[in-house]
Amino acid sequence: MSIFRRIVNTFFRSKLHQEIDAEMQSHVEMRIADNIAAGMSPEEARRDALLRFGSRVVMRERITAADAATIFDAFGRDLRYAARQLRRSPAFSATALITLILGIGANVIVFSVLNALILRPLDVPRPNGLYNVVHKQQGYDNQSYPDYVDFRTKNSTFSDMAAYRIDRAGLSTKDAAYECWYYKVSGNYFDMLGVQPEHGRLFHASDEHGLNSAPYIVLSHDFWRRHFDSDPRIVGATVDINKHPFTVVGVAQAGFHGADLFLWLDFWMPIVDSPDPEDTNFLSNRGMHNIWVLGKLKPAVTPQQATDNLNAIAQELARQNPADDALSARLVKPGLLGDMFGDPARSFLAGIMLLAFLVLLAACANLASLFAARTADRSRELAIRLAIGSSRWNVLRQLLAEAVLLSVLGGALGTLFSTTLLNALTRWQPFPEFPIHVTVTPDPKVFLVALLLSIASGVLWGLVPMRQVWATDSAQVMKSGGGAAIVFRRFTLRDLLLGVQITLCTLLVTASFVALRGMQRSLHAPLGFQPQGALLAETDLHMGGHSGASITPVRKRMLEEVGRIPGVISVGIIDETPLGTGGSSTMIYRMGTTDFRGSNSAFGAKYFSISPGYLEAAGTRLLTGRDFTWRDDAKAPRVAIINQTFVHAMFGNTSALGRQFMMGDKVPYEIVGVVENGKYDSLTETPWAAMFFPLEQNPDSDTSLIVRSPLPPSEIVPEVRRALAQIDPSLPFVFHTWPDALAFVQFPARAATATLGVMGLLAAMLAVTGVFGMAMYSVSKRMREFGIRVAVGAQPVQLMRSALSRPLILLLSGSAAGLLLGAMASQLLAQIVYQATPRDPLVLAGVVISMALLGLLATWIPAQCALRVHPARLLREE
Amino acid sequence: MARNDLQGSLDLLVLKTLSQMGELHGYGIVLHIQRASDALLSVEEGSLYPALHRMEMSGWIRSEWKATDTNRKAKFYRLTPAGQKELQRAEKSFEQLVKGIRAILRYA
Repeated sequence: MSIFRRIVNTFFRSKLHQEIDAEMQSHVEMRIADNIAAGMSPEEARRDALLRFGSRVVMRERITAADAATIFDAFGRDLRYAARQLRRSPAFSATALITLILGIGANVIVFSVLNALILRPLDVPRPNGLYNVVHKQQGYDNQSYPDYVDFRTKNSTFSDMAAYRIDRAGLSTKDAAYECWYYKVSGNYFDMLGVQPEHGRLFHASDEHGLNSAPYIVLSHDFWRRHFDSDPRIVGATVDINKHPFTVVGVAQAGFHGADLFLWLDFWMPIVDSPDPEDTNFLSNRGMHNIWVLGKLKPAVTPQQATDNLNAIAQELARQNPADDALSARLVKPGLLGDMFGDPARSFLAGIMLLAFLVLLAACANLASLFAARTADRSRELAIRLAIGSSRWNVLRQLLAEAVLLSVLGGALGTLFSTTLLNALTRWQPFPEFPIHVTVTPDPKVFLVALLLSIASGVLWGLVPMRQVWATDSAQVMKSGGGAAIVFRRFTLRDLLLGVQITLCTLLVTASFVALRGMQRSLHAPLGFQPQGALLAETDLHMGGHSGASITPVRKRMLEEVGRIPGVISVGIIDETPLGTGGSSTMIYRMGTTDFRGSNSAFGAKYFSISPGYLEAAGTRLLTGRDFTWRDDAKAPRVAIINQTFVHAMFGNTSALGRQFMMGDKVPYEIVGVVENGKYDSLTETPWAAMFFPLEQNPDSDTSLIVRSPLPPSEIVPEVRRALAQIDPSLPFVFHTWPDALAFVQFPARAATATLGVMGLLAAMLAVTGVFGMAMYSVSKRMREFGIRVAVGAQPVQLMRSALSRPLILLLSGSAAGLLLGAMASQLLAQIVYQATPRDPLVLAGVVISMALLGLLATWIPAQCALRVHPARLLREE
Repeated sequence: MARNDLQGSLDLLVLKTLSQMGELHGYGIVLHIQRASDALLSVEEGSLYPALHRMEMSGWIRSEWKATDTNRKAKFYRLTPAGQKELQRAEKSFEQLVKGIRAILRYA
């Protein structure tokens, strides 16, 4: 019969009993009836029937005993006995529990994050078959809109394909104004993802009739709840976005926040519409790669087939359009902004998961040696049990029950504790100015993994004493009186476990030191500008309704007004700060190029637009040449300031001043200055070629004011705010110090360092308890021996040597092995943490010193115990 | 060993009975074995029910509460395909056992 039935029988024992009783009753009644028919008196008939049956209780017992469900009964007995045993040795139980809580808790936390960011399907109504279409080349994840349209209309493998991009705008109603992040999406976006409206309607592909044909927005449920008090009357209302009227057609369903896992934007707008007239050029420009493409595969189409299909289209497009020269397609899992963020996040999380697993393994090794020691202490009890007829399997099962019980208890507590932490993490918003919200609350999958890990680790360390149990010779053990039977000279399994544990711990400690040092260096690495002492005031002039020719006068006034504030040393404007969120790059061509296709370009370079005075305000060193002046305007010849990498790539070691280059616009640019190299996208990037243009020769509405002043931000911010408000009170500004603004790019490194630090700390704690446990145990077992040796004149040093030499040897060899492994593993780390290298004397010294301190800490008390040995008292006690 | 064989023969008797009679309650099985063996074999109730329960747990037989001809409620047992297979196996091994015993008896 099914195992299910057996389990049911175990839990519903009384039901089984009732059924047996009923069956016996029916049997007896039939027998009585037959007996009466055969001529017996009713009295006699009844007596005979019952006699034949014998005792009902015995019968019932025999039936249930035949039931294999008794296995569960036995298991229950084991558990109860295990619980009693554990209560009797609270020190062991507490140590084991704490170790398990840390080990399993760490795993649950890391797995939850992994689950939330990678394993869980996208948080959309129809998540199956969705992929981001990116370029083959790593790091080029955006497509151009015309390419997207071609991909969508010409493919045969996708059921639909949507485009979206992220933008910022000011949304104002009669009563209030908000600074918002929003999605611009193609009309089919909602239908492809299967989103339903909460109120009103969503927009569809049929709403798009060319440029600016659909001035609609759909609010996110969250934004609507926070700012419109969940008032359904907002549907149909008109709001201003960057001072252009848009109609709110609906509110999206609760919980829907687009196809990116950690972004929670405020509203959606059709991609063919824009509050900024200059911002729709991309719809017809094949060279502007600034949208994300999300496709939904047809059923039964594999990602490989779809990739081949798109690449065939890309080749065809490349033949027709020079701008599509290098077009190619690759599918990546959606949710983490393509590969740009997804790839490092995935490999980092996988790495951390591995480390967490190693922590658990170290914890298991720790527990295994503790448990082996405990079993050795109980060898007398076990021997007695074997002697009076218990099978070895029974004894082993009993030990296993203790281990699993503890592990499951520890796992439950660890999960509880990590759930609390994860909930805090979910509420945490690391960057208030970005709509980032990482939801990592555990789901059933996480709890299942926690349970499996608990049971597996319990079995793992619970099986270690198996050999001990099997090898127990009961007669021998009882004769020699317990513990003395254990041989200390030989190298045991326990030593090996401790060695492994120390190796793992050193590995983790090394990794955290490497990360910490890398972090420290990345904070002091040359950035190509001086963030310390600079304040940023960022805005988009479109939000104030400025565009075209009206932009320059506004910017000039800003620089004048802010420059006049007492205490401001210098002030400048850049369109987007380096290491900010944006950063554009373009192809550079040598003079004389006639065919401007991608494969003829010399290299790609980052570009920024700056005002005169920016270089000084930002603290970027001008190596040769001149800064821009206001005379470098739209009518003047094109000029550029480039960085050293650019010089080297274009002109080798010769001077660049006065020489020229070209870009896609086929106009010569003259180089008027050279500045130092810097970091533009991320702290870990390889050096980029970069160039700066005068603001007026490369118009853009994004404006970041850099204000350098020795005054503290609390004094200077109100002054700057007042000065800017005088120019245009409607213009929203975001203020922060430049170091604060860099928190975003430093976040991966900081997160990695914090995680590794915690892992290292956990590992160190485990190492201390492991070494301490072993040293303490070996000292306590040899007290008598020490007593005798002291009595016959041994010196303390000799005692110390024999008591602690083994733990110390293990500590040394384990540390050396761990350091070696750590050095090898750090190659992985270098991808996330800038300049992470284990070949750093400080890292080496740090690891060696911390392991030595750990060793000292762990062996101090056992050494004290060994030294305080009092021969007379010890011998008397025996 | 011996115990197993006796238990095995009880299983064989019950399985055979069910395969011949189709559906039967415990009391019916007792009566049938008695009748079919000309009262040579009698099954003790004390052994029958634990055996039935064990066979049910092994998936050889299935039970169902039904009314008897005399309109009494009783638990009826029937053979499952697995029980059919077990019956064939048990019959074969029983025949071998009998053959073996006979050979030894003849030898003696």
